Amino acid sequence: MDEFVIKENIISSVFGTGIPKPANDQNTDDITPARFLKEITFANMGKYAYLDERVKEGKEIPTHPFNDKRFKNGSILVAGANYGCGSSREHAPQALHRFGIRAIIAESFAEIFAGNCASLGIVGVTVPAEEITKLVEFIRKTPSEKIVVSLADKKVKYGGREVSFEILEGRRQAFLNGTWDALTILQQNAQGIAKVKASLPYLGFK
Amino acid sequence: MSKNTLYDKVWSAHTIWILPTGQTQIFVGRHLIHEVTSPQAFEMLRDRNLSASIPELATAVADHVIPTDNHKRPFADSQAEIMTAELEKNVKEFNLRYFALDSGAQGVCHVTFSEAGLIWPGQLVVCGDSHTCTYGAFGDLAFGIGTTQVSHVLATQSMAMEKLKVRRINVTGKLKKAVTTKDVALHIIRTLGVKGGVGFAYEFGGSIVEAMSMEERMTLCNLAVEGGARLGYVNPDKTTFDYLKGKPFAPKKEFERAVNYWRGVASGSDAEYDDIVEINVSALEPIITWGINTEQGIKVSENVPALDSFNGKAKEEALDAFNYMGLSGGQALIGTKVDVVFIGSCTNGRLSDLKLAAEIIKGKKVKVRTMVVSGSEEVKKQAEVLGLDKIFKDAGCEWRLPGCSMCLAMNPDKLVGNQRSASTSNRNFKGRQGSPNGRTHLMSPYTAAATAVEGVFADPRKYL
Ligand code: SF4
Repeated sequence: MDEFVIKENIISSVFGTGIPKPANDQNTDDITPARFLKEITFANMGKYAYLDERVKEGKEIPTHPFNDKRFKNGSILVAGANYGCGSSREHAPQALHRFGIRAIIAESFAEIFAGNCASLGIVGVTVPAEEITKLVEFIRKTPSEKIVVSLADKKVKYGGREVSFEILEGRRQAFLNGTWDALTILQQNAQGIAKVKASLPYLGFK
Repeated sequence: MSKNTLYDKVWSAHTIWILPTGQTQIFVGRHLIHEVTSPQAFEMLRDRNLSASIPELATAVADHVIPTDNHKRPFADSQAEIMTAELEKNVKEFNLRYFALDSGAQGVCHVTFSEAGLIWPGQLVVCGDSHTCTYGAFGDLAFGIGTTQVSHVLATQSMAMEKLKVRRINVTGKLKKAVTTKDVALHIIRTLGVKGGVGFAYEFGGSIVEAMSMEERMTLCNLAVEGGARLGYVNPDKTTFDYLKGKPFAPKKEFERAVNYWRGVASGSDAEYDDIVEINVSALEPIITWGINTEQGIKVSENVPALDSFNGKAKEEALDAFNYMGLSGGQALIGTKVDVVFIGSCTNGRLSDLKLAAEIIKGKKVKVRTMVVSGSEEVKKQAEVLGLDKIFKDAGCEWRLPGCSMCLAMNPDKLVGNQRSASTSNRNFKGRQGSPNGRTHLMSPYTAAATAVEGVFADPRKYL
């Protein structure tokens, strides 16, 4: 498989600089346009993140947050409401992850996208709209200042401020226990799986 | 908390246990696979030396990258060839059912799996595709998952998930002429917003939904995800059972026993919902979207909203949409020139959709490039039996082979430059139809057909 191998499964916090991208309804076609999905591995996806927005007619748009030198190496993306709406393509969170994003702070997420992020170990948390605005101002003013997304105490910490965030409790626990890559834990209860299989009448309809 | 809804019943029937993380491990009764979101999942299995745990519960098809002019192998597009060949290799290696190209069963996954009778009430259905919600039309829980989850389902026939809330949407009133299910669905989205359904499963009901055919219910449920809902469903009834009867993969000997079970999964008369919404569609007209998300739609008699009607962030978003779409606030859409008409997709690529389009196009000539793409080989065959292909070809339309085609343009069917498209598909996102600055307007097959005939956005009512 490709180079994305999970070494350290426990994620108790994410620490890094921010990338501000606060628009609402950024969809998976924005993040990874469909024509970049025609590859059978995710290896190249990092290069495609937001490519149609970042490069127009062959020219790099220097002001795009994913090009902007001030936000280079940022690992914490700050977005608006309904982030990641659209398709189920895991290419989108894969692109962000491979670009270097480790946490996304948004006003809200589209469901499938949030689940996909979690299964890659990208921490997605939500805060109210006014907190997004403040965080974006902070990053734009002081782009090299670090931000902490602390899962242990459910707070975003930056510039001396602490803001509580929301995350599904099960998802938070999965990061803290290192079980967000759910396969191992799904395999544990083979008996339970067999029991439900046996109890579903429709599987036997002739 | 919802109680005794179809969602609650099917969820609890498929619940294995509560994981230490608090998430629920659920059993998957039908797993559907296509070529775009699965290769990495198979690779993950190979990496861990795992096989498919219950291979007979999975079915695969190639649809997104398949060219719609000819199926000569290898495909002219080498990446499409690689992706298709990879799926063909994987289904063999993992021993999965496959609806092969030119077998009579190939097509857009959500179209062909439905008409094959693979999907029944009470199932829990997943696919690495957000429009998996289409199958909710059968009265089941059907939703899209990511590629890592595809690997989980292959390996364990289960996955981890949180339970959703349930919103009942009662659609009532009397539909006016030329108003189709597509218009009803776009209207629900513009009423509740593209974020309105986040966290919810949508239960569609009310007199309008009860009267819908199965194909119309599929169109309705297909668009649930565009309204933010992970899934949408309609309670199963006689329409559902009649549709399934005799379908290739539907129960045969035990059909009556199945129907008994299916009846039992419908929401009880005492069901409780987290939210109930009433939508009356008596004043509805055909809808056309003007913007870059599905809630940005207007009735054919309306103009694009004025910029001043928006405030704050919404104003910025509207301006972005106007700039991208090359429109200005307050202008009329009707009469605006289009470059391409696309009739097809998992939203509106079924036989009944093609019939609607043909009703208007019959005996006329189209003024712009018009692609008519059947949702599946079966749809195409049936349409040809009815002579619809002849109606379209005589009018100057392209009658193409089944596939996703220009819905998302992962195949040669693409917009060029800033071409404007009138499309019966489900997403009008920037760049969706293959050109980074292509412009997509969503509408019903009726409206698309009227637009094809005039070469400009047109009101279908005058043709009916
Ligand atoms: S027709 Fe469009 S929306 Fe449907 S499965 Fe194909 S690409 Fe996706």
